[in-house]
Amino acid sequence: MQFTQEHDEIRRTLRAIIERDINPHVDQWEEDGIFPAHEVFKKLGSAGLLGINKPAEYGGMGLDYSYAMVMAEELGHITCGSVPMAIGVQTDMATPALARYGSDELRREFLAPSIAGDFVACLGVSEVGAGSDVASLKTTARRVGGDYVVNGGKMWTTNGTQADWMCLLANTGDGPVHKNKSLICLPMKTKGVQVVKKLDKLGMRSSDTAQIFFDEVKVPVRNLIGQEGMGFVYQMQQFQEERLWGAISAVVGMERLIAETADYTRERKVFGRPLLDNQIIHFKLAELSTEIELVRSLCYRACEEYLDGQDVTMLASMAKLKAGRMVRLVTDGCLQYWGGAGYLWESPTARAFRDSRLASIGGGADEVMLQIISKLMGTLPRPEKH
Amino acid sequence: MKFTPEHAALRQTWKTLIDREINPHVDEWEKSGQFPAHELFKKMGSAGLLGVDKPVQFGGSGLDFSYAMVCSESLGWVNGGSVPMATGVQISMATPALARYGSDELRQEFLAPSISGDFVACLGVSETGAGSDVASIKTTARRVGGDWIINGGKMWTTNGAQADWMCLLANTGDGQVHKNKSLIVVPMKTKGIEIVKKLNKLGMRASDTVQTFFDEVKVPVRYTIGQPGQGFTYQMQQFQEERLWAGAGTLMGCDRIINATIDYTRERKVFGKPLLDNQVIHFRLAELKSEVEALRSLVYRACEDYLAGKDVTMLASMAKLKAGRLRREVSDACLQYWGGAGYLWDSPVARAYRDGRLGSIGGGADEVMLQIIAKLQGNMPRLGNR
Repeated sequence: MQFTQEHDEIRRTLRAIIERDINPHVDQWEEDGIFPAHEVFKKLGSAGLLGINKPAEYGGMGLDYSYAMVMAEELGHITCGSVPMAIGVQTDMATPALARYGSDELRREFLAPSIAGDFVACLGVSEVGAGSDVASLKTTARRVGGDYVVNGGKMWTTNGTQADWMCLLANTGDGPVHKNKSLICLPMKTKGVQVVKKLDKLGMRSSDTAQIFFDEVKVPVRNLIGQEGMGFVYQMQQFQEERLWGAISAVVGMERLIAETADYTRERKVFGRPLLDNQIIHFKLAELSTEIELVRSLCYRACEEYLDGQDVTMLASMAKLKAGRMVRLVTDGCLQYWGGAGYLWESPTARAFRDSRLASIGGGADEVMLQIISKLMGTLPRPEKH
Repeated sequence: MKFTPEHAALRQTWKTLIDREINPHVDEWEKSGQFPAHELFKKMGSAGLLGVDKPVQFGGSGLDFSYAMVCSESLGWVNGGSVPMATGVQISMATPALARYGSDELRQEFLAPSISGDFVACLGVSETGAGSDVASIKTTARRVGGDWIINGGKMWTTNGAQADWMCLLANTGDGQVHKNKSLIVVPMKTKGIEIVKKLNKLGMRASDTVQTFFDEVKVPVRYTIGQPGQGFTYQMQQFQEERLWAGAGTLMGCDRIINATIDYTRERKVFGKPLLDNQVIHFRLAELKSEVEALRSLVYRACEDYLAGKDVTMLASMAKLKAGRLRREVSDACLQYWGGAGYLWDSPVARAYRDGRLGSIGGGADEVMLQIIAKLQGNMPRLGNR
């Protein structure tokens, strides 16, 4: 994968916004337990960064996926995990299916303002009883005349308290679980949508994560994305990009942490010499950097094959798995060398430590990735044996 | 990294040759402690496999390094580590500097027959007192008239008992340790060369590894590769390819063992069900496969950057490091699931276990890779700090 000047240009544009409009405020947002999504997204949208690989017709740049991946990578310069995650939901989790399968009208109504940064999007897949196990979700949308009437609830919804619309996955029929679901654009201000609570999390403190209830929520049938009954399939495709996003977005943050740890331990003198001069420390940092490059290489290769039209479910799942493992190794490894200073709530290591723990859970847990990989390797037990 | 049909054809040629000429004989070669290098290399040479990235003028195919990398990866199909290692010495360790810097005359005399498979080559770098720490070698070549007179000895020389010539690194001056060395072609039949012993090793049993002494060995000065005094620099370049070779060479061997373990555990019934149906086993194998694909991605990326003219010392060292770590992890984890059957000397997994252990030692130990990475990161202690 060889990058072009256009890729570099995207990196530069995003870096400037991060340094000017995001990083100076992160500490405050972390303390507030929320960041101003509309304000931040508008800045990103104005710079064209929320629709890099979306159709030009709706305000996107119409570039290929490698440019979107570069953006995800560069988001790692943000000094927390919450804001990148929220942006990732907007660009790579809640909108790919809409961009690909939505009607013209629907894309005008929801995609265009999401690319412009006027709308904040959220993704409604997980529920209290169905997270990684998507097929078993219980929310229903029954058809009544020209409307869907939605009942049920969603859980773990990132951007949930601020979102203008949700890309909702709901059961629209009684058929087999992989064929009875649909994706629907659901405006969050609709009557009957209740944001029950903002969840109090171990990390990702400046991200608003909500639990949401739907009580007889009426949405026009024309808000259906693509074909009815194809929701599961669309969501599985959407997951492919979500997983690559999850993996590549972890890389730069970890590199930053390693560089900061090298700086800190170089300054910090113990027994009369820099802490970093201990071989066990500079070797450990070298080893962790190697793991980071492995994740990056896997993402680049998956991206290249994705652009080439190949199915990258296996590589994307491996990248997501390996990234989840890697961030835990890196944050835990680095925190150790900061000693008490790294244990302080507001230290960069402590924030990285608590934020990154989510990577092995969100967007399909490590164990789900292992299951997908096992399935593709043909090593899962055959059902009849159980 | 985009592979072409030529790469695919090269893989196929290797696979055919390995299935027919190598794998049926490996057990026997392992027992006899040596494989017939001349006979086998002649077959490889006749198929055009020993000089894919060497100049056409000397019988090579003149292709780029990605083809050499494919050779290394393809050799992982051999059911033991010895033959791939010996072939790697011939293709990517003892000959790159000669191909790049040797005079036409010297290349005609030594490179051409090494490409055709008539000559077996070995590399004389390590000594009893200098392995990974190359700069401290003690072997000398002093100039007397038109000759070098060589004294000293080499250790850990792969192919040493059968080689026709050695690519020798020796001190040819008294200056700085990085500027006083030269690479010299030494015909192994020259008077004064004594092969002291064939070393008895934990693994790599079909590979002949020797210790060699040089007592007033006379070699013409025209056998110098490139410029005198540049030996260390040439060797460092040669190491870059050697490390990428090692990274690529690890991939298919790991795939092979993982697949063999899948097959074995699927057949093997424990408590009435296939052993493989245990989640801890198929998940573990999925995790290992992910690590192998991550390494593959890193190797391909390093190769691509190398072809683009970038310095890949960092990525190549990371690939070598990870390869060493991974081979041990894969063979150890897989051996476990074979139980007693895997503990038998002749089982494929036991061979992989003992052969794979060398990966973290040969061609620069893991710790040397860590040192290189730490140095490039600017994290090594400054001399004054010690």
